[in-house]
Amino acid sequence: MSKKTTSDRSGRGRNTGRRHPLATVALLAIGLMTTGGAYAAVTTAAAADETASPAVTQSTIDEGQVLFDANCASCHGLDAAGTENGPTLIGVGSAAVDFQVGTGRMPMARNQPQAEQKPAQFTDEQVTALAEYVASLAPGPAIPDEEYLQADGDATNGAELFRINCAMCHNVAGAGGALTQGKYAPTLRGVLPQHIYEAMQTGPQNMPVFNDLNLSPEDKADIITYLKYIEDNPAPGGFRLGDLGPVAEGLFMWIFGLGALVAVTVWLTAKSH
Amino acid sequence: MTTAPTSTPSTLPPTRTARLTGAAANYIDERTSISGIVKELGRKIFPDHWSFMLGEVALYSFVVILLSGTWLTFFFQPSMAEVHYEGSYVPLKGLEMSIAYASALDISFDIRGGLLMRQMHHWAALLFIAAIGLHMLRVFFTGAFRKPREINWFVGFVLFILAMAEGFTGYSLPDDLLSGNGLRIIDGMVKAIPIIGVWISYLLFGGEFPGTDVVARFYSLHILLLPAVLVAALGVHMLLLIINKHTQFAGPGKTNDNVVGVPIMPVFAAKAGGFFFIVFGVLTVIAAFFTINPIWNYGPYDPSPVSAGTQPDWYIGFADGALRLVPPHLETVIFGYVFSWNILLPLGVLPLFLGAVAFYPWLEAWITGDKREHHIADRPRNAPVRTAIGAAGVTFYAVLWAAASSDLIATHFGLGIEMVIHTLQALLFIGPVVAFMLTRRICLGLQRKDREIALHGFESGRIVRLPGGEYIEVHEQVDEYERWKLLAYDDYQPLMLRPNARGQITVGERIRSRLSGWFYEDRISPVNQRELEESSHH
Amino acid sequence: MAQHDDASTPGSSIERHTESSPGTAVVTADAAQNPGFPPHEPRVTDVDPKADKKAERQVTTLFFLSLVGSIFAVAAYIAFPIVPGDLGSVRLNTALVGTGIALALLGIGFGTVHWAKALMRDTELVEQRHPTRGTEETRAKAVEVFTLGNQESGIGRRALIRNSLIGAAAVAPLPAVALFRDLAPAEDPNALLKHTLWEEGVRLTRDPDGSPIRAADVTIGSVFHVIPEGIREEEEYLEEKAKAAVLLVRLNPGDLNELPERASWSYDGIVAYSKICTHVGCPVALYEQRTHHLLCPCHQSEFDIANHAAVIFGPAARPLPQLPIAVDDEGYLIAQSDFTEPVGPSFWERERA
Repeated sequence: MSKKTTSDRSGRGRNTGRRHPLATVALLAIGLMTTGGAYAAVTTAAAADETASPAVTQSTIDEGQVLFDANCASCHGLDAAGTENGPTLIGVGSAAVDFQVGTGRMPMARNQPQAEQKPAQFTDEQVTALAEYVASLAPGPAIPDEEYLQADGDATNGAELFRINCAMCHNVAGAGGALTQGKYAPTLRGVLPQHIYEAMQTGPQNMPVFNDLNLSPEDKADIITYLKYIEDNPAPGGFRLGDLGPVAEGLFMWIFGLGALVAVTVWLTAKSH
Repeated sequence: MTTAPTSTPSTLPPTRTARLTGAAANYIDERTSISGIVKELGRKIFPDHWSFMLGEVALYSFVVILLSGTWLTFFFQPSMAEVHYEGSYVPLKGLEMSIAYASALDISFDIRGGLLMRQMHHWAALLFIAAIGLHMLRVFFTGAFRKPREINWFVGFVLFILAMAEGFTGYSLPDDLLSGNGLRIIDGMVKAIPIIGVWISYLLFGGEFPGTDVVARFYSLHILLLPAVLVAALGVHMLLLIINKHTQFAGPGKTNDNVVGVPIMPVFAAKAGGFFFIVFGVLTVIAAFFTINPIWNYGPYDPSPVSAGTQPDWYIGFADGALRLVPPHLETVIFGYVFSWNILLPLGVLPLFLGAVAFYPWLEAWITGDKREHHIADRPRNAPVRTAIGAAGVTFYAVLWAAASSDLIATHFGLGIEMVIHTLQALLFIGPVVAFMLTRRICLGLQRKDREIALHGFESGRIVRLPGGEYIEVHEQVDEYERWKLLAYDDYQPLMLRPNARGQITVGERIRSRLSGWFYEDRISPVNQRELEESSHH
Repeated sequence: MAQHDDASTPGSSIERHTESSPGTAVVTADAAQNPGFPPHEPRVTDVDPKADKKAERQVTTLFFLSLVGSIFAVAAYIAFPIVPGDLGSVRLNTALVGTGIALALLGIGFGTVHWAKALMRDTELVEQRHPTRGTEETRAKAVEVFTLGNQESGIGRRALIRNSLIGAAAVAPLPAVALFRDLAPAEDPNALLKHTLWEEGVRLTRDPDGSPIRAADVTIGSVFHVIPEGIREEEEYLEEKAKAAVLLVRLNPGDLNELPERASWSYDGIVAYSKICTHVGCPVALYEQRTHHLLCPCHQSEFDIANHAAVIFGPAARPLPQLPIAVDDEGYLIAQSDFTEPVGPSFWERERA
């Protein structure tokens, strides 16, 4: 099927001929390439670089203020206390800024039901500077320690907590899902551990807050462990079909399964020449 | 069975193999009189058309389901007793779960080929019901349900329902979060039934939901009762197929009184047998490379969590969609008793829809009053109103079906859930009407075109200038064999309302006449011999 | 059976069925005439021995490939075992065994069909149909069987026997119905549906670990998934959880629009609602902290937490039941009582005391 799988070498090309049976194979191959391609696109789009954690200095904070005034103040106010167009940032902490700006959600491109993830507008250093500036205004959740981001915790605990606290919006496999009025819970595939942690801690947009008294830092590390486990391990059953569940499976069977077989019936009953 | 003599087999001296085969055949025949069956059925004729193979897709995927399912029963344990998972899937290790779920995980992760068989079983189930659906559509749109096949249509309908029941009971067996929430929805729906609802749910689950019995009970139904009934109904379906013989499309030499095609031995047997292997093979390819129902993602059933995008398998989707499309607040309390219209409404509409499907053949037979046998399959365009009714039904079903994935439609097309639901609510009523009108018009248009082609040929694209300077496009005549396919169909006229023997006009007759008018008011008659002859003199 | 090139002229479809009424069908003597069978066209393999040989080779090759596939599947089964804990090995085993089996099946399938299409005799044959109904003679015989059956048994004559048999047979399945009563325990389910594990003083604890929650833990915008204290020890853990699951959120008290009679049910902007949908019972847990809307992922009912969980969209009919809460001496959240109405989907006797 796709060139990536080992199984491919074993037999696919062998019953190749120039005859109709290949209609089936061709149809399936198209399906596979589409699915595989979409999957690859999702994975690569989400990949981003590692974050450094430089020491906080006054000069960073000053640099952050300059950036803030130029890029954020129009909505959040020059004093970061919020305006009609944007909420106050007093007390949101560096974690919230690192998440919002680091995932490209802020600054928002236009008014829409929710800020979407897009390529980050600032360099890592600039994000840090912004975060430190906002953190200097009032205390708030900080950027998490590296020790919680290693994805080496208890995957079982993480999976259970994920199902209870997260899966209803983000889907059991982290594929995302719909919310009200055009909002949605985004996919968690390819999201950096740091950003996952910060999202739980700060509750961006309509996501609820999961503070350390609800989910301890260890719990959060376990959740990250689980998410990275399903992301880093191959899907045992083959192509995941977007992890979307029965709807995707049903469509696949109608279009590719039954489609291929109908193509075979046409060949089968066509007169030979 | 035969009218003309069969070509006599050549008489060569028997070889050793032939003698052996002969001896074996003799042995069996002397104990079973099988020669009679072979004589009767061996050279039965089966007409060749791709759409006649759809039922076979269903049949063969059922065989795959039986084979893979039997294998799965050797490993699956339908118990809801709690165990700590000690298998090899890391993110579930040590978790408390039912034995059913744990054994389904073991099949997936600790038994070689187990996941392949699980996936094959589930994919084959989806294909089974999809193929039944497509087969039913083919039979409907070609009018192949008409006398003498009404009963077989109904048997097929029963098979469709049984297949859905098999699918649903199977879906519930792994006792994972997705299937558990599916059962929860069933529990909620059952409880809404007036008077007996709570009791039915209580008996079904062996106590309060979820209880510890439902998986084992569904397992008995899934592997014993339902398959037994299904196989029996399948037997009746096949038997009636043999008795009625297959329909065929109109074609030169083909009449209502013959069957033209290939004999079972050997050509049809080879094609159908080969096709079984192809269906099996395609399912194996899909099972080997595509994940279905990744139960390890869902986790064990627990009433508190739920996953975004919780949906039933596709064939239950229309029912789930019907639940989703109900507007808010539909519940009334009368004398202290609760009427949950938000559930009773879909619960009532769906049986009506399915009932209409099941009994349509009798409705049409009553309207036309046609008591003749019909063995020539209609081209859908030649029964415009029937085809339009079918299109309306398909649209109705499709809207309900789409509603079951309203959340995924919203996220994938960047829409709001509310808007998707409101649109589908409107479409549920408008869609079938538009589909009906459009389809009927298209059918009549196509019939008109057929008539045109039969009489005047088709436009060749060649422009000729006549001596007088006039330009015409040359029409080429279709050959008479092709032309016959455009001419051969049944034509009905609206029923004239007449008093019966006792001089009365009954209400039933009035309705019948109304319906008949609706069916056959606009009609395009087939070209007759006189018209053909006149056109050829041009 | 006859080959159609020597078949007799096909009859018109109408003449055979003169006895059966055509209803409103238009029966005309002027119907177009069936032109009869077209001449048979031979295939390439019929006329060209080379093509015939080639097709033969192709079929054989396909069968041979099938053989290779079968052996490959067995080899893969042995050579690619499952390594516990290694998902890659599961995938490899599934894919390779599957590929082998698929090759084995498709080889036979395509080979056989190709053989049938290219090499087996392809002239179409004709079989005559007969009316489905039995001949008059057969039907008369069948009627005679029934008449004799009736006469010899006297079932038509002996009304007493017949009717008492019908009565007995109609009642006979009753014991079977009765036998199903013990599918469930003896209690009245209606009573069970109206009570949960919540009662005065029971602490609200985290799902799944059961640790108690202080009011101070619940910051604004937080959501806690809650079970009653001690539920883990219950024998019917899942049954109780299916009724007692609760969602705990804290809103800015100013955003909260409480019913006057429920003013004492919340604690400083913290409210607790049943998590079980009043529609068909899915866990309603998609909480949007800004809009205070709760969404059910199964059928998209929306509830407004700021507005006593009123239904604002979707098929649900009733608001989610609210759990009255308070704080104990140690600062932990406790229930004031059980829910004041049954949780979950509606049922017939829900409104009855």
